[in-house]
Amino acid sequence: MPESDQKIIHVKDLNKSFSGIKALDNIQFDLYPGEVHALMGENGAGKSTFMKILMGLMLPDSGSINFNGEFIENMDVHKMLKKGISMIHQEILMVPELTVAQNIFLGKEFKGSFWVDEHQIDQKSQELLNLIGLKVNAQTKAKQLSIAEMQLIEIAKAISNHAKVIIMDEPSSALSDKECELLFKIINDLKSKGVAIIYISHKLDEIFRIADRITVLRDGKYITTKNTSELNKNSLISLMVGREIESLFSSDSRVPSNAILEVRGISKKGKFENINFEVHAHEVLGIAGLMGAGRTEIARAIFGLDKIDSGEILLKGHKIEIRSPKDALKKGIAYVSEDRKALGFIPEMSIIENITLSTLKNYSKGGFIQTKKETKISSQMASDLKIKAVGLNQKVITLSGGNQQKTVIAKALLTSPALLILDEPTRGIDIGAKHEIYKLINQLANNGLAVIIISSELPEILGMSDRILVLSKGKQTAILNKQEASQEKIMHYAIH
Amino acid sequence: MQYINNIRQYGLLIVFGIICLIISLITPQFLTLSNLTIIVTQVSINALLAFGVTFVIITGGIDLSLGSIVAVTGVTSAMLAHPDSYPVLIPIVMGLLAGLLMGAFNGFIITKSKIAPFIVTLGTMTIGRGLALILSDGRPVSNLSDSFNYLGSGTVFGIPFLILIFILVFALCSIILSKTILGRHIYAIGGNEQAARASGINIDRVKLSVYSISGLLAGLAGILLASRITTGQPNAGAGFELDAIAAVVIGGTSTAGGRGTMTGTLIGVLLIGVINNGLDLLNVTSYYQQVVMGIIIIGAVIVDSLNQK
Repeated sequence: MPESDQKIIHVKDLNKSFSGIKALDNIQFDLYPGEVHALMGENGAGKSTFMKILMGLMLPDSGSINFNGEFIENMDVHKMLKKGISMIHQEILMVPELTVAQNIFLGKEFKGSFWVDEHQIDQKSQELLNLIGLKVNAQTKAKQLSIAEMQLIEIAKAISNHAKVIIMDEPSSALSDKECELLFKIINDLKSKGVAIIYISHKLDEIFRIADRITVLRDGKYITTKNTSELNKNSLISLMVGREIESLFSSDSRVPSNAILEVRGISKKGKFENINFEVHAHEVLGIAGLMGAGRTEIARAIFGLDKIDSGEILLKGHKIEIRSPKDALKKGIAYVSEDRKALGFIPEMSIIENITLSTLKNYSKGGFIQTKKETKISSQMASDLKIKAVGLNQKVITLSGGNQQKTVIAKALLTSPALLILDEPTRGIDIGAKHEIYKLINQLANNGLAVIIISSELPEILGMSDRILVLSKGKQTAILNKQEASQEKIMHYAIH
Repeated sequence: MQYINNIRQYGLLIVFGIICLIISLITPQFLTLSNLTIIVTQVSINALLAFGVTFVIITGGIDLSLGSIVAVTGVTSAMLAHPDSYPVLIPIVMGLLAGLLMGAFNGFIITKSKIAPFIVTLGTMTIGRGLALILSDGRPVSNLSDSFNYLGSGTVFGIPFLILIFILVFALCSIILSKTILGRHIYAIGGNEQAARASGINIDRVKLSVYSISGLLAGLAGILLASRITTGQPNAGAGFELDAIAAVVIGGTSTAGGRGTMTGTLIGVLLIGVINNGLDLLNVTSYYQQVVMGIIIIGAVIVDSLNQK
């Protein structure tokens, strides 16, 4: 381990409370140049609060932060950016109508002149993009980018800030495996240039691949810091949750019964082509594929969010036409979107109001909502799904990702669907909540529900699915049985 | 959500109370029954418009055509209210119908064309003004039946009819917004339209409803105004939409949608009325009153945004 005087960040005894509740309790943390330091913990462990303090978005109650040999007080965002800390956020903030170059240099257009030198901005940005190996034209408008591309551009932005420390919060959650490789390559380049990286992710494989050291937080408390080589997946998980988790996936064997959904040759121009599959009651069908393979687009079409150009969809043997989500829900198809924020919940509404949003008719008389009935049913649902909150009147925007997701799933389940489509059901969710959602999915399928799971995480697809549909560039390349499926096989068909 | 809204409303209520206190300390005429009755009567037209547009604003929309709807419906009902023509029910029903249709037209264009409500209702604002002038041939429509004029000036058990309607409409709107499926869907659409759609809410139907309600209440306001001034004025109601929107905003409803209450709007309406009345009693000219009102609108939103943090 390097000498202590080389530390770029040294945090001692950091404390922070919110209205009497300790969010951070005596946090210790240090970071060396050229190091990838993973910060691990379940949602609610205090990672975000800690990072907000490091970024100067929040002030600590007590404790000291030493940056590059200098104690920092009254930190604010501008100061920290200047000192060289940059953060790649989980949610990307880019101005859609501006070009990539304009976004990268937003707020720091070359000073000294009233006019923005577009040419120079374009040139510098293109250099940055080439440097990180991203094949995107600097003059492309941000709205035309994929989430993955935006994420990588955020990193380019951090480099352009001459960052000494880059905080990456779930940077890979929207990336395909290929794009992850690019990310790791960029991280290695940064390391060799002496940039330190604080890496937050729920994907353990990644952590063990790229992290040099791991610090674990649990319930706001500092647990330990260890070299990655001293840990394995199980020991890390038990440090994070404080107990042993046997296996994330249970291996229930189910016998699929009658077909619930039959998809026959559906196509949508530019999105997917000639897709054929069936999902049965008592069955989980996984849909795998790289980003842009058409997974989400197929789900959206089945749920009536988009229209198909041709092909047939049959529900329980009858040909149906789905005009809108309302129509789909009425027919027994529920969909939990990959994009919780955009399609999942109403941020300003309470847990109760969100849970019952699709089924208000069931708890109302003559258009009037029967609040008691509504509250009773949503409390039941919230406790079944183990939604953790101060109270059920808490706004959903204030919940952790896992509890937000459970709220959205609760809403979908209350519609008593015959088919449940879950699109990236565990994205950005901590391991405890993940485990609970897996258990729930198994339980639902065992009870006769037909389930479709779309996921970028191959272990999740393999662990949960009875059969797996693999897509590549909008075309279906394979349907694999649980027994014959493996990560290698899925990848083989996905890059077909 | 309810809890947070309550805190905000208490804040507004306190401001309201303080302002009333200050005015009553300066001028003793303020806190008299007759003056208070005058205030409530004066704000009742604005209140009807503000209640209607609260629904619209919570969905994230806006309705700029209210003043023109007031003119069209006022003229329409006045033309049918000649002493020798129809029973009083006819001008009332036709006035309400005209308002409802204009509101529904707004809603229909907004949902079908996906054009911003600001633009659509800006268009119907101009169309409506033109219609009122066409219908009346540009002249005030006067000589209305006594029973029609009673609406705006009469009393029931000593309480002005206008105030009774004001209270009734407030109660109805408040219940619709807080107790019904429609109300919940209105908040949902304003809070996150995409998620509301994915939750199976028929967005178009809800939007059509809110613009229709807004138009209907503007129609009611138009009838009452015509009755109160005993004339159907084609130029009536100009700028009323802005007063109504001001009351809604002062009442803590977010113009971004998803947040707001009827009670907030009620307080907003009363606050505007009390301040105007207070300044009247203090002999402040109407020029200054406008400046004061503008400052209050901006101040209310600043306070509200600070509350948010």
